[in-house]
Amino acid sequence: MQFRLEKRQEPSKLLQVLTPIGAVLVTMVLGGIIFTLLGYDGLGAVREIFLSPLLNAYKWQDLAVKAAPLIIIAVGLSIAYRANVWNIGAEGQYIVGAIAGTGVGILTNDMTGWWIMPLMMLAGVAGGAAYAAVPALLRVRFRVNEILTTLMLTYASVYLLNYLLAGPFKSPTSMGQPQTVMFSADQSLPYIIPGTIVQLNALLAVIVALVAWLVFSRFVFGFQVRVVGAAPHAARYGGFSADRTVWLAMLISGGLAGFAGILEAMGPVGRLILQFPAGYGFTAIIVAFLGRLHPLGAVLAGLMVAITFVGGEMAQITIQLPFAAVGIFQAMMLFLLLASDILVRYRVRSVRRAEIAT
Amino acid sequence: MTQFNRRTMLKIGGAAAALPLLGSRAFAQEKLKVGFVLIGMPDDNGWNYGHDRGRQEMLAAIGEDKVETTVVTNVPEGPDAERVFRELAQQGHKLIYGTSFGYGDYIHKVAKQFPDVKFEWATGNATAPNVSIYNAKFHEGRAVIGTVAGLMTKTNKLAYVGSIPIPEVRMGANAFAIAARKVNPNVTVKVVYIDSWFDPAKEAEQARALIDQGVDIIAQHTDGPVIPQIAEERGIVGVFGQGADMSAFAPNTQLTAIIDRWGPHYTKSVQSVLDGTWVESSVWDGLASGEVEIGPYNAKVPADVVAKAEEVKAAIIAGTLHPFAGPIKDNTGTERVAAGDVIDDGEFWGVDWYAEGIEA
Repeated sequence: MQFRLEKRQEPSKLLQVLTPIGAVLVTMVLGGIIFTLLGYDGLGAVREIFLSPLLNAYKWQDLAVKAAPLIIIAVGLSIAYRANVWNIGAEGQYIVGAIAGTGVGILTNDMTGWWIMPLMMLAGVAGGAAYAAVPALLRVRFRVNEILTTLMLTYASVYLLNYLLAGPFKSPTSMGQPQTVMFSADQSLPYIIPGTIVQLNALLAVIVALVAWLVFSRFVFGFQVRVVGAAPHAARYGGFSADRTVWLAMLISGGLAGFAGILEAMGPVGRLILQFPAGYGFTAIIVAFLGRLHPLGAVLAGLMVAITFVGGEMAQITIQLPFAAVGIFQAMMLFLLLASDILVRYRVRSVRRAEIAT
Repeated sequence: MTQFNRRTMLKIGGAAAALPLLGSRAFAQEKLKVGFVLIGMPDDNGWNYGHDRGRQEMLAAIGEDKVETTVVTNVPEGPDAERVFRELAQQGHKLIYGTSFGYGDYIHKVAKQFPDVKFEWATGNATAPNVSIYNAKFHEGRAVIGTVAGLMTKTNKLAYVGSIPIPEVRMGANAFAIAARKVNPNVTVKVVYIDSWFDPAKEAEQARALIDQGVDIIAQHTDGPVIPQIAEERGIVGVFGQGADMSAFAPNTQLTAIIDRWGPHYTKSVQSVLDGTWVESSVWDGLASGEVEIGPYNAKVPADVVAKAEEVKAAIIAGTLHPFAGPIKDNTGTERVAAGDVIDDGEFWGVDWYAEGIEA
């Protein structure tokens, strides 16, 4: 007897929801076994990484801080990926968004007023969108693969940040350090839960996801994105322009990455520093897929990945688990999820030898 | 370091169960928990290795019956650091060392929330009632290796691979160039940056490019031993170990090394917490007190060069030679320090120019 993969007529809705959860559970089991075999406390590793951040109430604030940028970027990426637009340079758009917003911040550092914060955020969105517009243009006009251009522009953005911090953006009172001025009170995100470090960006992340979900499921644009992504030919017959969809997908994902960037600068970081790029743009790719390219899935997946980060640090402190363990757990999670996708799209069927012959 | 496994967990559980019986006496015997936050890995053979060796020396000196340590590695300089510092404080660490400049904003933030926890910020520039800073005068060591480089170069082209263009790194390059040109006025020093403390790929790239340009001695202000490895491979005249002896990676090329000795400071500061005498302070020692050490000289360094280098070292220790004694011109020809004057410890942090002979 042999097994054969058969394409399902329609992927099971239930399995689509269950596989990410299954991937996480299998990751915990396999991870526990692997680390036990390596001579660590495998059970402890799983407990610290996946459960401790949830069981200790004082760590919840850290989850909010860590998850907020991941969620905002992943929502944008989900929309782009649905449309088959492979923007993997969210990290660059995140950085340029932060740069653009900080530019406004430096100009308005001595001023006061309620309008400063929205203006900085707007500049952040515009910066991220503008940076994503470059690969969009190249793809639409010259058919240049956006995977390459978005990735390469990420490296360029880091050099732009380094250049600005060493010169034009450098704070006059920084004692020679390559960093901008601290943002003023009118430029810093307010704390929304007293006594914690949870800032406005956490709330905005949830709002962004809800709005995206609404737009995606209720408006023609969402339908257009899905059709262009799933069936480009049908979309053309339907009168949807593929180029227009590329533009929208890039501008939305870039704009949201830029939004996440300026919120991070105005929130947890408090200014722009050389170490500002923290890899959120890349991690958000995992989050987008773990969330099944669904805006609300991105919220849950963002929290899940934040748990592994925060838990990984706790595991270092409490059971001396090596730093690399977190990366291994995250990679396993993504790998198992992508692997289990096979089960969503195909069914395994046993076949007789005779059947194969014919 | 404590190894947590099931058995110790049981022991801790048992101890916790017995706590009510012992009352407050159990706390009197509790070990002091000390946290170390590192930007890289202790096995980088450089900066982080130096701090971890200091931690081990401190443990040996004070005794593991009185103190236990927790090391958190690869902590980026950003909001992630804030979480680690808070977590360590929350887990009962009463003394926490942050061993990178970029942790400053976050150490100060967390320190305000935990007034009974002492924090020490390596290479920092601001203190608070429970935040001290400690640093070493690496530039004193650079004056010594600059002397060696100036005397040994054949192409008269030296290079200095910097990490991040901050005053401390810039002044290291200045000390190196000033000392080299004192013994050989024909040398130039090319200064490049990798915009990070540790980036083996970029360090290697820079080292290769510099060697291709004819540089035959490279000094570095980055955390790992990649540059010595490249130098050894390419067979140039020399490199210098940074933070630790890197001769294992460049047995023929490392001329000598600047070695960081954090052990004595860690021992003193942990002891002061045990004694209850810890106070807000700012420590900035160098060759004289042994915080900065010059490693063994390579056999290929001629005796007269060793003698000259040792003379510079002795003079700095004796206080008769200042690495930044005037007259000093910058690389545009403007005189920055007059004869008879020096750049003192306060002015040091404001220097934004490069000394004569530096190409940056």
